[in-house]
Parts: sequence; C-alpha cells; structure tokens
Amino acid sequence: MKLGTRRRTLLAFGATAPLVAAASACGNEPGGGPDGATAWGLTGGAEEAMRASFEAWNEANPDNEITSEYFANDAYKEKIRTAIGSGNAPTLVFGWAGATLAEYVENEYVVDLTADTAALIDRVLPSVAATGMIGDKVYAVPNNQSQPVVMYYNNDVLESAGTQQPTTWEELLAAVEALKGSDVIPIALAGQSVWPELMWISYLADRVGGAECFNRVTAGEAGAWSHPDMLRAAEMITELVDAGAFGDSFGSVVADAGADQALMYTGKAGMILQGSWIYPDIVTNAPDLVSGGGLGFSTFPIVEGGKGDPTNIVGNPANFWSVSANDPEAARQTATDYLSEAIYDEEHVDSLIAIGAVPPVVGLEDKIAAAESGADFLTLNYEMVRDAAGFQLSWDQALPADQAQELLNNLSTLFLGEQSAEEFCAAMDATL
Amino acid sequence: MAAPALILFGFFAVVPLFGVVALSFVHWDGLGEMSWAGLDNWKAAASDPVSRNALWLTVKLTVLCVVFQAPVSLLLGVFLAGRQRYRALLATLFFLPLLFSSAAVAITFTALLDPNFGAGTALDAEWLSQNWLGDPELALYVVVFVIGWCFIPFHTLIYQAGTRQIPKELYEASRMDGAGPVAQFFHITLPMLKYTIVTSTTLMTVGSLTYFDLIFVLTGGGPGDATRVLPLDMYLTGFRSYEMGKASVLALVLVVVGLAVSLGLNRITGASRMDSRSEG
Repeated sequence: MKLGTRRRTLLAFGATAPLVAAASACGNEPGGGPDGATAWGLTGGAEEAMRASFEAWNEANPDNEITSEYFANDAYKEKIRTAIGSGNAPTLVFGWAGATLAEYVENEYVVDLTADTAALIDRVLPSVAATGMIGDKVYAVPNNQSQPVVMYYNNDVLESAGTQQPTTWEELLAAVEALKGSDVIPIALAGQSVWPELMWISYLADRVGGAECFNRVTAGEAGAWSHPDMLRAAEMITELVDAGAFGDSFGSVVADAGADQALMYTGKAGMILQGSWIYPDIVTNAPDLVSGGGLGFSTFPIVEGGKGDPTNIVGNPANFWSVSANDPEAARQTATDYLSEAIYDEEHVDSLIAIGAVPPVVGLEDKIAAAESGADFLTLNYEMVRDAAGFQLSWDQALPADQAQELLNNLSTLFLGEQSAEEFCAAMDATL
Repeated sequence: MAAPALILFGFFAVVPLFGVVALSFVHWDGLGEMSWAGLDNWKAAASDPVSRNALWLTVKLTVLCVVFQAPVSLLLGVFLAGRQRYRALLATLFFLPLLFSSAAVAITFTALLDPNFGAGTALDAEWLSQNWLGDPELALYVVVFVIGWCFIPFHTLIYQAGTRQIPKELYEASRMDGAGPVAQFFHITLPMLKYTIVTSTTLMTVGSLTYFDLIFVLTGGGPGDATRVLPLDMYLTGFRSYEMGKASVLALVLVVVGLAVSLGLNRITGASRMDSRSEG
C-alpha cells in the first residue's frame, strides 16, 4: 500500500527505455546554497502541509534553506532508487521505512538520527516511531499523517439487510450472508489493484497469530508462511471468497479511481476495508450519506480465540524522512535541525489537521476533537494509532521488493481461487 | 547523408543494447554494488514459471491479434476503397482510434468495462456487465479486442491504399467474364494485395511482441498473471522487483524474438524479392 494517491503515473511508460534509464544515473546536484539542503517529496496527499512546513523553515532560516521538489508516487520510487545508488540523492530522503530503509542502512546510504532527533521522537506516538527504527537506532522519522486501515460501513445497506457492524469474525460471516440475501455485494474489494487484498490477509494474520505471525516472515524464518496461524489466515480468505463475500466480479474493480469505495457509498456494497486516506473522497462524493449518519467506521473485527491484540492495526504508520549520508556535513546539519525543530511543530500539526490528516503526535486529543469537519472519524483514527499495541507496516513495504511482488502475485491467485491456501503458503515459503 | 541517423541509432539503440547485455550478467537491485552473476539470470529466467508463462502468453497474444486484426482490417480496407454512400463519413469514424493515445484508450476501456459502473449499467445491458478484466479466462481476449480496436484503423488505412493501387482494368475485364463481387475479391483483390498483407502482418506481429502501455494500464498483467506478457514481465521484474539482471535477460529475449520473427516473415513470404505488380 502506498500513501495518498495510488494513481498509476503515466510517467512510468516507455516499454524498453526504462531499463536503459536505470543504467544511467539521473544527475541532480544538491542545491540550496552552501549550507542548504534538498528534499524530494510526493505530490498529492499531504503535499500542501509539507510545502508549508518548508516555506516556514526557509523564512526563519534564510542561510540554511531547504529546496524541495515533488514527484508522483511511482515515478518517485523509481527515481529515488537510482539516485541513492549513484550518490545523487537529496539530503532528505522521503520513504516508507520497511525493507527499503533496512537496505539503505545496510549499505550506509542514510545516517543514524538517534541523537539529533531525540526531541522529535519524544513527541511521536511510540507505535509510529518504532517503524523508523532499525535495532534501537532511529534512521527515519515520520513527516506526515498516520494512515491506519479501517472498516467502513454503509449503515443504510446494513440496516435494510437486517444486520449490523460486525465486531467478530463470526459476525462478519453472518453479515456477509445477510447482505447477500438482500442482493448487494457484501464487501467491496478492488481485486484488480491487488494491494487492497493485502489489507485482508495482514489483518487476519494479525488477529489469528498476533504480530509474531508476520514478524517470522520478515525475520526470514524458514517455513514462516506455512506456520499454522498464517495458513489459517489464508484459509479464512478462501472462506470469504467462497462465501461470495466480495461478489463475483471483484477482479475487475480498480482502487485507483475509487471504484471500490464507490460501491460502498452508492449502496451497491455493504462495507469496505480501506485506508483512512479514502475518507475525504467519501465525504466529497457522498455528502448526504455522511451527513445523514449513513457512514459507519470501526476497527477490524476480532477473531475469537486468536492470539492477536485487538488494538493492533495495519496500514501506513506515516511517511518518513531519512538523511542521506552522501551529502556534505553542513547540508546534513540543516536537515537534522529542520527535523528536530520543524516537524510536528504547532504550525505543521495544524496544517495537517486542517486537511483532515492525523499526525502521530502525543496529546492531540483536544485539537482533533475541535476539527472543523469529520472530528469523529479523525478521533477514531487518532485513538487507533495512539492505543495500538503494534502498527504493522503494509506488507508490500515491509518486505524486500522481489518478495513483495511474489506476495502480490500469489495473493491475487489465492483470491481468484486459482490457488488453495496450502499452495499459497508453499509458494510464499519458497521466497524466503 | 546517413551519418546523423546512424549516430542517433548508435547512441540510443546500440549503446543501450550493449548496456543491457552487460546487465544480464550481473546481480543488481538498483541499490548497492553490482555483483557478477555469470549465467544465473539466464538460468533463473529460463526456469521461472512466470517468465515462461509470459513468453507463452506473448505468442498467444501475437497469434490472436493477427487472427483478429488481419481479416477485419482487410475487409474494412477493401470496403473503404470503394465508392459507397457515406463512405467518407464512415472512414472518418473508423480512423478516430488512431488519434487516441494508448493510455487514454486503456483508462477509458477500464471505465467502460467496469462491471458495476461501466457501460453495462449505463445502458442497462446485463450481458455487458461481465467480469471482463477480472476473469483470468476472459482478460486476455478483452486485451486482444482493445488492442484490435486501437490498431485496426491503421491497418485498414494500409489495405485501403493497397486496394486503390489495383488497376481498374482487372475488375472491368473480370466483369465482362461474368465475375461477381465475391469472385472478384478472391481472384483479383486478395492476390493483388499479397505484399500489402505481408507488410501489415509483419507490423502486427512485431507490434504484438512489444505491446506494453495498453496492457499495463488496462490490467497491470492481472488477474494473477493472466495478461503478464513478456514486455510487462520485463518491466515488473526490473522496476517492481528490482531484479535488473533478470529483467535485462527478458529484454534481450524480446529483442532476439522480435528480430527473428520479422526476418523470418520476410523470408517466408518472399517480401525481400518484392517487385512491382502494377500491371497484373
């Protein structure tokens, strides 16, 4: 799962050319004056808040300016990799933490921020700060909002099917049956995009087997995927698909254009499991549903007898800044000063909340409750992150790129029923 | 006189090609150091079921594309070369797809084929609301259809031009001998279009080997790997899995197959001995 806009960028095109482009480094000289630093960010999402934060910093520190550039998601991911590998990275490296950060650290592309950002880390909610740490050292600090994955419900649809928001796995299955009976798709799922399917397996694995279930995978333990808890989670996916929980055409539904959430808010589906980032879109597209109290949201149902802590959540803890080891000392100093002073200062926090984003900062309850719109949703979002025993980073970010791709392929065939749960686990074991 | 073209070709085609050859013998994930891989990437690509499936899908896609596009564009081209009423209007309509970019076409078709919000719902036509792009059995055929929709106008244009080159005398003479339109088509038009057919089919075949943008936007290779053809497999391996070495192997396979197919087609059909057929 990526943050904010998931739209495939058309920049990624050009059949065979990209291979060649990757071989030659994209030269980009660090700028911003002798002591200045550079930063690359993403367009969309919380871009406004990031721009505002840099502008405020530059006004206050004219000698240590930070120049920022913004890229579309996919284009950025390709560019940053070659830039880092060839020593042309910006001072502030935008990222998702996870396996990519581990690779940066292993190759010494980014610096240890533990001492320089201690003040910032004190302000950050622990479950989010943990994502930017490797061992007990901080290599990345959050720079925007937390985006947990949430269950959304169309209460009107649930009501006319004579059912309600499920809080347990059994209730979920019962709700699926009831919704099928009233001729709607029980759960909207964007199967063509595949990544929304990750949310299901991540939550189920966590509820059944606890955080250890996936930690065994990231630790590279042999047979981690065929552990009974993981196998059970995969079987539950098959049970849902066989019960018709996602309808029979989820493979054609694309999340990038919001067709999955549209199913839910137009009343063609009863519920959807999606990131908190879709909430502003729902408000825009279905204002009547939201104002009439027809939109419900909650945490993922618990699984009776499961080992997982019910407060555990899945999603994007935040996006992160790391500092490139390649840049001159002065630029790095500017960057770390910016991180410890400007990230999540009063102004930054306000600008995030203003766009409906919840920064992972301690003690924001009152500010969020006073938000102009959607205070109830933002509060749920904030409390989920604040109270979470663990915040599991999206699996496709947590795993190395090649394993993540194998996971997406195999998960897609599991959902399509072309692969059984056992085959899925065996195929994934082979990637370890 | 050819120097500028040769320099461009050398710089943008030959030099990168050598780069790709070199990359195919190393392990490189875009980060960190490259390490010598020997034949590892080649072995991995040969034994990977996903890549083998991609190769098979590419062959299948090529055959299906030619089988679908060739007859339709031949018939349309011959029709548009005639003098029927409304022909000019129809010709304009047929050629419209030529003006659209592949990405725009793919995004539009994804929206039209959406089972819940697509054309089926708008027109209230149940049969149109299929799981078009989500059913592994159907997706490839939908892709073939959309590719055809994009490229048939181009080939129609070639056939139209080819048909207009055929001397009128042949038709007049055959009419005196009592040949009807069907007989004329099979005994005059088709044989006279032989080289046009060769040209168009070669373009279709080589084109089918490299379709990328349309499929990437339409299905992303899915569902599962039902439409993950070789160019897409190369892209995903290189820029999603960051296995640059293996992706380079796939790129080289594409280059070799593409060259072999177009040379082979030329040889088999005798296009290299192409001569003028202007007077029967």
